[in-house]
Amino acid sequence: MRFALSPEQRDFAAALDELLAGSDTPGVAREWADRRCEPGRKLWRDLADLGVWGLLVPEDLGGAGAEPADAVVALEACGYHAVPGPVVETAVVAPRLLGGDELAGVAAGESMATVAIPPEVPRALDADVADVVLRLDGESVTRVPSDVDPGGRVPSIDAARGLFPVPEHGVPLGAARPHAVEFGVLGVSAQLVGAARRMLGMATEYAMQRRQYGRPVGQYQAVKHLLADVTVRLEMARPLVDGAAVTLASSLDPPGADVPGAGAAAIVRDTSAAKVAATRAALLAARTSLQVHGAIGYTAEHDLGLWLTKVRALAGAWGTADAHRGRVLTAVRGGHGG
Amino acid sequence: MDLDIDPESAIFRDEVRAWLADNVPRRGLPSMDTAEGFAAHREWEAQLADARLSVVTWPAEYTGRDASLLQWLLFEEEYYAAGAPGRVGQNGIFMLAPTLFAHGTAEQRDRILPAMARGEQVWAQAWSEPEAGSDIAALRSRAVRTRGGWLVSGQKTWSSRAAFADRAFGLFRSDPDSERHHGLTYLMLDLRADGVTVRPIPQLDGEPGFAELFFDEVFVPDEDVIGRPGDGWRVAMTTANNERGLSLRSPGRFLASADRLVRLWGERGEPVATAARVADAWIDTRAYQLYTYGTATRLADGERLGPESSVNKLAWSGVDVELHETALDVLGADGELASPWVDGYLFSLAGPIYGGTDQIQRNTIAERVLGLPREERR
Repeated sequence: MRFALSPEQRDFAAALDELLAGSDTPGVAREWADRRCEPGRKLWRDLADLGVWGLLVPEDLGGAGAEPADAVVALEACGYHAVPGPVVETAVVAPRLLGGDELAGVAAGESMATVAIPPEVPRALDADVADVVLRLDGESVTRVPSDVDPGGRVPSIDAARGLFPVPEHGVPLGAARPHAVEFGVLGVSAQLVGAARRMLGMATEYAMQRRQYGRPVGQYQAVKHLLADVTVRLEMARPLVDGAAVTLASSLDPPGADVPGAGAAAIVRDTSAAKVAATRAALLAARTSLQVHGAIGYTAEHDLGLWLTKVRALAGAWGTADAHRGRVLTAVRGGHGG
Repeated sequence: MDLDIDPESAIFRDEVRAWLADNVPRRGLPSMDTAEGFAAHREWEAQLADARLSVVTWPAEYTGRDASLLQWLLFEEEYYAAGAPGRVGQNGIFMLAPTLFAHGTAEQRDRILPAMARGEQVWAQAWSEPEAGSDIAALRSRAVRTRGGWLVSGQKTWSSRAAFADRAFGLFRSDPDSERHHGLTYLMLDLRADGVTVRPIPQLDGEPGFAELFFDEVFVPDEDVIGRPGDGWRVAMTTANNERGLSLRSPGRFLASADRLVRLWGERGEPVATAARVADAWIDTRAYQLYTYGTATRLADGERLGPESSVNKLAWSGVDVELHETALDVLGADGELASPWVDGYLFSLAGPIYGGTDQIQRNTIAERVLGLPREERR
């Protein structure tokens, strides 16, 4: 058993962090919210150069044929840096829905993909910017026209999220590969963990510099204990996300092999557990970070709001925590109690 | 990244499972905090030792199996899934033994460990004092030099298992002019020696799970000093974060409770009112299991357990309470009735207190994991 990031995965995480930390991602996200999308597209191209969009795409289509755990690394970084756009949809869901040239385009960073999966994902994220707009109903995938009317945007609590209803008519693309939804759930969980880690880091930094009553507020136990509680929630969420990635990996058909993968119940159980824990960690991190920042964190000017609103949006996306609790219980009651 | 069990560990796990299936007492044992139950638990330790399953992580020369950390985690999962009895020898096996392996002499190890492994000698801990709880360095019990050893006087309290244990270990102030963590010596004492008074203290469940210890010039021979006199703090602290000690509490017991909780919830007709909490309790337990696998991987890579052991402690102490509170609420009006859930609930409430309270752990996380400024303290 090796349940930790490999040296290669740590290097990958460091490379992503270096790129994103130097890209003014908060500024990019603000521009994206106002639909000045060129800086965002540039960021996506840079991420394509690091192979982010092709991680789960087979090698013969120009992807890396990597493991879901690698995608977790990438999406946690996207969450940490508030990268705008349909990152989950493109990085981990599109490879379950597309094939051939369309998937090769995703891997190459030429196609940004988004998807609606009613009822869990009722609207497609950033369909006005995406190149490929999909709809998944049960097992059947449909490609809908990508010339979306920008006026159809439904406002989100997260200004960077452009949400669009997706028409039912389109070009049928055939059946999705198994567990498309669970891949999305895994991806959004990783994104939430990254966002939680960022908000904890911002609060910790602020608590060290902000002084009241003659000393840094981070010296007070009331503040320390709040941040310690976030740390514990975060540290306990991360292994569930990695664990779900491992379970999903065992479900992928190895090329040319006929090995039975993890059962569907274990996949549902582990991805749903990850979403519940990541959501709880992120919401606690958001509330705590705001509380530690005080009024400055409540301003539009401060960057905290970019993450605070995003995690609230993601908490409901790809199934609420309560819906996922129900899925966990059903799976565990079926005798898959880990 | 994987969660695969290597073949050798799988064989070990299967052996443990089979042995437990054949040997775990069907009706359980009486409480270890009664004279009768204590004796029964001792016998159980001997039975485990005969199968070389009492101290699997110890070296083979001390009846262990040189088991890896992962194998120990698997052992514990099997142990509690089988409903096997609590470990009366726990204090000795998980706290004193690692100290002896790190700082003891060969003579001490040969003399003490085999009897510990068989439950022939059961050890109590003697850390806390009436004025030294979380702030253990404030301790005042003293050891005075005498010919061939030390004369120990003072009072220890909240000493787990001490009501029926044979011996105790702890820190004593050997330099009367010293303060705080200086001038302390790590000693092992015979609780049957002259000058020792043991006053059992009934716990919440009415049974004497811990005791007060009074020492009046109790003679402790030099051979029962671990490490150098005056160096006791360092000796105690080097194993305080021991990966196999109580800070890295194995998830086995909680996993077994989580499975029982889900079953209980099913038997009670899957009440909607407690569904979310049952799910969260199961998820939090699974998280702790996976977190521990991650720690085991890092330790196998040669990393050491640092202040993140406080994350560990908060996680398991919280999970244990959560599991049992949820079970009692699932039981509703029947929750107050005597049951293993009630026993487990009362047991779980001690977790956030002993071994460093939850509040001390939060301070450690804030200061040593997050890097927040230390508070002014002595």
